[in-house]
Amino acid sequence: MKPNTLKIGFLRGGLEIKQFMRQRESVVFTLLFPVVLLFIFGSVFKGEVGPSGVTFSQYFLAGMIASGLVNTGFQQLAIMIPIERDFGTLKRLRGTPISPVSYFIGKMIMVFTAMVVQVSALLVFGIIFFGLNLPVSFEKWVRFIWLILLGSICSAILGIAFSAVPKNGRGASAVVSPIVIILQFFSGVFFVFSDLPSWMQQFAALFPLKWLTQGMRSVFLPEDFATQEVAGNWEVSKIAIYLIIWSVVGTILALRSFKWSDK
Amino acid sequence: MANDLGISVRGLTKTYKSKANGDKIAVGGIDLEVKIGEIFAILGPNGAGKTTTVEILEGYRDRDGGEVKVLGQDPAKLGNDSWAWRNRIGIVLQSTNDSQDLSVHETVHHFANYYSNPRDPDSVIHDVGLDEKRDARIQSLSGGQRRRLDVALGIIGNPEILFLDEPTTGFDPEARRAFWDLIRKLRDEGTTILLTTHYLDEAEALADRVAVIVDGKIIEVSTPENLGGRNTAKARINWFENGARQEIESDFPTDEVAKLATRFGGEVPELTVIRPSLEDIYLKMIGQL
Repeated sequence: MKPNTLKIGFLRGGLEIKQFMRQRESVVFTLLFPVVLLFIFGSVFKGEVGPSGVTFSQYFLAGMIASGLVNTGFQQLAIMIPIERDFGTLKRLRGTPISPVSYFIGKMIMVFTAMVVQVSALLVFGIIFFGLNLPVSFEKWVRFIWLILLGSICSAILGIAFSAVPKNGRGASAVVSPIVIILQFFSGVFFVFSDLPSWMQQFAALFPLKWLTQGMRSVFLPEDFATQEVAGNWEVSKIAIYLIIWSVVGTILALRSFKWSDK
Repeated sequence: MANDLGISVRGLTKTYKSKANGDKIAVGGIDLEVKIGEIFAILGPNGAGKTTTVEILEGYRDRDGGEVKVLGQDPAKLGNDSWAWRNRIGIVLQSTNDSQDLSVHETVHHFANYYSNPRDPDSVIHDVGLDEKRDARIQSLSGGQRRRLDVALGIIGNPEILFLDEPTTGFDPEARRAFWDLIRKLRDEGTTILLTTHYLDEAEALADRVAVIVDGKIIEVSTPENLGGRNTAKARINWFENGARQEIESDFPTDEVAKLATRFGGEVPELTVIRPSLEDIYLKMIGQL
């Protein structure tokens, strides 16, 4: 009888998490790096953004949570899969009866776990040191949860699709990381989005990170801050549409371009 | 196709195209038949086309031409039930470096889940001699131990055919002996084994039949004993006479030695009688002697 694809996917997820936890550098990087960034930016930029009493660290935290989805999904997978290709992990799996779907389920589970850990660390740190206010309304919590779910799925799919681009594992980080960092500058993570030149805003609006940061601001900043956004409101449904389009495009690209080996 | 064939290959060809270095013919028309239950070795120097051939049989590579059947299926046309075919084969690749952060026990147990009828993971770990390293992280294993783990993962699914690509490269002599015993044990349990190697003694020790491959072509298929006409080759008789070494070749060395003994009236100075070693024959076959 054929082994169950979903069950093996979950088993792989468990295994991936185990491997992740055993690589001290990856745990430290995932957990500590965003918190350190938050600490630096929160300490340097003490001013307020707009007239609603929102501090820059609150604004920045919303952007960092959105970045967390991109780091743990897109960035992590687009770097890790080429390394696994180099190490022969994928080739070995290809020679077994495992379904590729199980492999991807495992990756999604790992991504989601890393993301929950990173976002929780940011939230705890933000609440303790930067006076972050958690949303109170039920509606905002619902929005937060679907942003997290849709955001990490979209991000992971794009990471899998992009994993075909780096030629080998050694160069993967050099190809992937600059893309993420540039998008962070353009998408309202390190700078206030509405202060950016409009060409930069329009460019960023093509990619998911801009929409994720906007979504997270809509969750964590006061409702009247919406008037400070470029569109003058949160554009919640537009956020969902962009993330869904990118997920679909990413799936098509991933199916066409995914490589089990470099030969 | 006859039912007792695990693998059959007809006219297999594969060329690697390269603009920079010109096209390279890796496999130039190969015919092979591997019977169920035998150990079949593909022996040849590095770059002869062994790995390309095996990776085509394993379903990793496309071929340019020829017919291939492995367990009755064409590995290039597996379609939706590829899992069912992969469920029946085991693959030990040439070099892998994965799962560094997992233990032997975790890895073998995990891979058992992929198959519908796996072997017992603990007894597989025992069979490959990794009991003591059961809880060790893979990154701490020696090269030979790592290779035995590869074999464990190759046989965990209880395969009907096991592919081994240069399995003992880099082993010390003792580890090789132990490894050979393991492979023979698998054969005795009914596993068909296709092995590539560039070690002649490995082919001689393990294989029921050997194919010698040079420059993408099979130049002979035989049992190790008969390879290159070794069993019928002339013996060389060698002695010292008139201030120089003398040598003759003969199909009847005993007669020649008797004649020499008569001529010398007893002891023949520095007499040796040699049959060509398998290595001599092999090196001659691959054009390096």
